[in-house]
Amino acid sequence: MPPIIRVENLVKVYRTGKVEVRALQGVTFEVHPGEFIAIMGPSGSGKTTLMNILGCLDTPTEGRYILDGVEVSSLRENQLAEIRNRKIGFVFQNFHLLPRLTAFQNVELPLLYASVPKSIRVRRVRDLLERVGLGERMHHRPNELSGGQMQRVAIARALVNDPAIILADEPTGNLDTLSGEEIMSIFQELNEEGRTIILVTHERDIAQHTRRVIHFRDGKILKNEDVTDRIDARRLLEELKRQRSLLEEAG
Amino acid sequence: MNFSESFQTALFNLFANKLRSFLTMLGVIIGVASVVAMVSLGQGMRAQIVDQISSLGSNILTVIPGRVRQGAGPMGMFMARGGGNVLKYEYFQELRATPFPGIRAVTTEATTSLPVTFARESVFVNVVGTTPELLEIRNFTLLGGRSFSGYDYSYSRKVAILGHTVAQDLFGDPLLAVGASIRVGRTIFTVVGVLEPKTMGGQDLGNQVFIPLTTFRQYLTGSRYLWNIIVQVDEKENIPLVSQWLSDFFRRKIGDPEQFSILNQQDLLETVESVTGTVTLFLAVIAGISLLVGGIGIMNIMLVSVAERTREIGLRKAIGAKPRDILLQFLLESSLLSLVGGVVGLVLGILAGRTMASFSQLPFVLSPQVMALALSVSLAVGLFFGIYPARRASRLDPITALRYE
Repeated sequence: MPPIIRVENLVKVYRTGKVEVRALQGVTFEVHPGEFIAIMGPSGSGKTTLMNILGCLDTPTEGRYILDGVEVSSLRENQLAEIRNRKIGFVFQNFHLLPRLTAFQNVELPLLYASVPKSIRVRRVRDLLERVGLGERMHHRPNELSGGQMQRVAIARALVNDPAIILADEPTGNLDTLSGEEIMSIFQELNEEGRTIILVTHERDIAQHTRRVIHFRDGKILKNEDVTDRIDARRLLEELKRQRSLLEEAG
Repeated sequence: MNFSESFQTALFNLFANKLRSFLTMLGVIIGVASVVAMVSLGQGMRAQIVDQISSLGSNILTVIPGRVRQGAGPMGMFMARGGGNVLKYEYFQELRATPFPGIRAVTTEATTSLPVTFARESVFVNVVGTTPELLEIRNFTLLGGRSFSGYDYSYSRKVAILGHTVAQDLFGDPLLAVGASIRVGRTIFTVVGVLEPKTMGGQDLGNQVFIPLTTFRQYLTGSRYLWNIIVQVDEKENIPLVSQWLSDFFRRKIGDPEQFSILNQQDLLETVESVTGTVTLFLAVIAGISLLVGGIGIMNIMLVSVAERTREIGLRKAIGAKPRDILLQFLLESSLLSLVGGVVGLVLGILAGRTMASFSQLPFVLSPQVMALALSVSLAVGLFFGIYPARRASRLDPITALRYE
């Protein structure tokens, strides 16, 4: 099967005044359909820059980026917007939900920009919100939802246009362990159904949920290894819940 | 995103900040309202003056002593320079006797101020000596009684027609005046008719008493000279011809063209139109400045709104909004603000114009052009002052916008 993502020799150079920062210094790798990859590395290692380029929010200074058969590095702004809309689903650390819109309306947004007719929109949004367990809270605003619920709305939004890949940037960074684990279990479930997911994290535990980890340092790939002792989020969740109920009984 | 969804989003955003949207609109509301009110007022003023001039009769040439500046306006006849005793009674008689194509009637108004007395009531009025044609030329209508007859004129009968105000002051009920005997100065007159009320620019024309010119000359004053000679022309097209002929006539009689003037009512109308047009434009420009200020207010608030929603814009772009989607969204917001402001302003302007008109007793004139102009200008203001903030929003870099705190 052809790779869904292929990056060749990516270079990104930022210029701030006279100082030149080489955020990416020749990165090459492939992602195949159905993979679940964690990109790890300390801050300043270039992993955010890579995510921005993979998410078509930024273009590389040099090198090629082929997403789902399309050479993205040469596209113009409007075409990039379309790629972001249809091929990529973003999940951010701080959720980035629009505060004045309900969960339903937030999930609906990418469909609006894709000009999907209303009847289809309603069905898709409802299905996805039910899928992430928020069927009851569809018409709540973000400030009426918990962090974990907000992130689940964001995941539903990322999925709504049936994208080729999901890009998650520290998706559990603002969540407590239990909610984080719930999010990871959703990701694992999605991956088992065949979704390609790339997530950026600096937590080893979170990376341990994926199938492959790419380590970054100083704008280069340091190490590219398969995950051997993979954490099963569902089992861990049950464990955590049992511990909690035991604690409550004791307390 | 299609238009109707962008429209809904824009409405939603405006409603989310009701007070702010209202205050922003207020600038446009005040601007449009003042433009509409001012222009309506100006047009009302114009309509009234034109109406007044026309109410003194149509197609009229007035010969007066002295020199009048060109385009002196409706009151030009009171601003004549020089002149004096040049219009002899004989000229008037000769004019009346000379048929000239285009002249329908020739009359005059010889005036003097005298007390008019009935029983114990006495009022000081303008006594006008004239011919039977004057009432018709000046568009006076009889409330009761009759006008002068040719006999009244030829035989210098002591008959009088009372203006409405005079009749009311002396008799209480104006109609009681018909047939009564009154004293004008020291002479006894019989009242044969009473006129309906008439005003010109707030000036009461009912405070006059009309008597035959012959009687006037015989009993009230023996002067050889007249204050004016009024010539009514049959068709508008003949005015220049008659005017030229009159000019030649009086130059021959008086000799010095600086000694008399021929006032053309048509010229007056044109002058008035141009003067009131300038005044209206001036008012509209001043009011337009407030509309400009309203537009700047819109731009200001749109810039604030773009800055506030930077993260939202970044997110929208990240999930697929194209620059033109963002542009359209903000542009719709600004044009909705100003268009709704324009509609509200139009309504308020009409109300304000009406109120002002009724206070100043001017007619209220609302032309559809003004309404269309007000609405299209307000929409244009919204687009013009919205385009810069909207472009700024559409060009935001999604990465920086997403990180914006």
